Amino acid sequence: MKKRTTRIITGAVIFAAALFVPDNPWWIRLTLFLAAYVAVGYKVIWKAVRGVVNGQVLDENFLMAVASIGAFFVGEYPEAVAVMLFYQIGEMFEDYAVGKSRKSITGLMDIRPDSANLKTETGIVEVSPSEVHPGDLIIVRPGEKVPLDGVVIEGISSLNTSALTGESLPREIGQGDEILSGCVNINGLLTVKVTKAFGESTVSKILDLVENSAAKKAKTENFITRFAAVYTPLVVGAAVILAVLPPLLIDGALWADWIYRALNFLVVSCPCALVISVPLSFFGGIGGASKIGVLVKGSNYLEAISKAEYMVMDKTGTLTQGVFHVEDIFAEDGYEKGEILRYAAMAESYSSHPISQSLQAAYGKEIDKSQINDVEEAAGRGVIAMVEGRRVAAGNRRLMTEEAGYDGPLPQHRGGTQVYVSVDGKYAGRILLADKIKEDSASAIKMLGDLGIKTVMLTGDSREAGEKAATELGIHQVYTGLLPADKVDIVENLLKEKHEKGKVVFVGDGINDAPVLARADIGVAMGGLGSDAAIEAADMVIMDDKPSKLASIIKISKKTMTVVYENIVFALGVKAAVLILSALGIVGLWAAVFADVGVSMIAVLNAMRCLNIKFAVQP
Amino acid sequence: MKKTYLLDGLCCANCAAKIERGVAAIDGVTEASVSFLTTKLTFTCDDSRADEIIGKAGKIVKKIEPDVDMQEL
Repeated sequence: MKKRTTRIITGAVIFAAALFVPDNPWWIRLTLFLAAYVAVGYKVIWKAVRGVVNGQVLDENFLMAVASIGAFFVGEYPEAVAVMLFYQIGEMFEDYAVGKSRKSITGLMDIRPDSANLKTETGIVEVSPSEVHPGDLIIVRPGEKVPLDGVVIEGISSLNTSALTGESLPREIGQGDEILSGCVNINGLLTVKVTKAFGESTVSKILDLVENSAAKKAKTENFITRFAAVYTPLVVGAAVILAVLPPLLIDGALWADWIYRALNFLVVSCPCALVISVPLSFFGGIGGASKIGVLVKGSNYLEAISKAEYMVMDKTGTLTQGVFHVEDIFAEDGYEKGEILRYAAMAESYSSHPISQSLQAAYGKEIDKSQINDVEEAAGRGVIAMVEGRRVAAGNRRLMTEEAGYDGPLPQHRGGTQVYVSVDGKYAGRILLADKIKEDSASAIKMLGDLGIKTVMLTGDSREAGEKAATELGIHQVYTGLLPADKVDIVENLLKEKHEKGKVVFVGDGINDAPVLARADIGVAMGGLGSDAAIEAADMVIMDDKPSKLASIIKISKKTMTVVYENIVFALGVKAAVLILSALGIVGLWAAVFADVGVSMIAVLNAMRCLNIKFAVQP
Repeated sequence: MKKTYLLDGLCCANCAAKIERGVAAIDGVTEASVSFLTTKLTFTCDDSRADEIIGKAGKIVKKIEPDVDMQEL
């Protein structure tokens, strides 16, 4: 790198001197030009020679060497040196830009922890994270990255999870909570019991995934490298024809003139601008996506999702939180709502069922278990127990019919689950539990609609409940009363219905939906943070729980594709224009050098726009 | 068998594409990819002929980019 700078400066100084030396005697000037040329270009020529020896005829170095040596032979000394000089300067800037973008993209993923503070009998030792085993205790100090996945044994703190999720709000954490590697501990001192080896920890999995994403190439990327393989020989062939035919066929045509025009072709024939800028744009897009907590497993998926036609979403866990909460309580005369909840929570307090847990959470007070006796599980119906000396039954409608002879009107279905409660064999009231729709679900659906995507919701809920939720959210199509196996069929049908180029995206929470994730054109798993299964099965992973990220990732993919096409059109356009103008003898080698390295640099800079994701997160 | 190599010193996008095509064309290689941005070569090949194939891949890399240092990851 440094050597090249020295070469360029030396060459440039001699070149400048040569330009000011008088043309008499002629050989002084020529010697100076030759010296400048050798100073700046000997490496290129050496590489070209080595390439020819290795059978690599049409590589960049060879083309540049031939073009510049050719210019010497037709007497264009300053241009010969300038081609080499500007080619080298261009390469230098190009390398700089590529290096910079590599860094800024990998910098986004700067979540790799350097060390872990292992607690041993003799004190705290700083070790490499890979030396820590599951079961070991580690200390995480404020400001440090959490090096391995584990459970907090001692301490409370706030965690910054933005590197993983893009979420800027800190997450509170305390004793007994699960803690994921890659988060940053903000203020408290934490003692963590490690649960996973470094290679299995979240941070390793994510890094692995992002680093390998570049291997899965987009169609455009493959197209452009195939195109490049044909383009160069074609333009070189045209150059040969241009150098030979006109002087032979046209009366009065000069060899030097046409050879000079042909040399332009050689310079323009390098395909680098294309070959560099397309993968760089995708890499930038993937980097930008990871900045907002969306992991994309390959350029091909980023390209495909820009053509999304159907966005098929599972209701539970994707559009809803997947956690039940008490929505309403209906008490019979003589009971307070709070009493109904208390009885239900106490009767169910020995159960670990999600519904029981939501009841405990809604009740929110310590339960005196000494007040609960003779707990009897009524399989598939609920539970009966003696609570504070009274016989309490809590469960479904069937249990209520058996226990209290209840035959009240069927409640108007609103989605969710009813827990009926009877006290001493008499119906006392019921609790409506519902899965809460996520805060940003409605806005996510709207944004997807605005992007021209048809939204589809799949749910196991009854028709009324499902359709009601779909209408509230503004979903285009809804399939209700589904069994898990039906989801694959629906996705397959949509794959048949879609337009030829459209794509079907399936979004699920990654639990039990691996077959659908695989069957859809693009499988997106939601809430990937901490779920290995989701990261494994999907093509893209939304690390936090926000469906609005679906719209963000589509915006990012569309912008990436715009940049990709801009670069292709720009590079090919400039090259075509310079080829035509060169053939006509209107522009010289200067323009050709610009069409090569100048265009590459502009394309690289344009590709870097893909990293900017601000537009995608603002609604 | 899936193999990953770091191509240290890879500095030309078109050469990356050439290496990718070259390695993919080796008999026994089912899939090959070179990422210019991560400068990584990954390919999948026959287990039984791995040594022979890796040797050939190394030669292709040297031929196209003599300055590249190929390290197994």
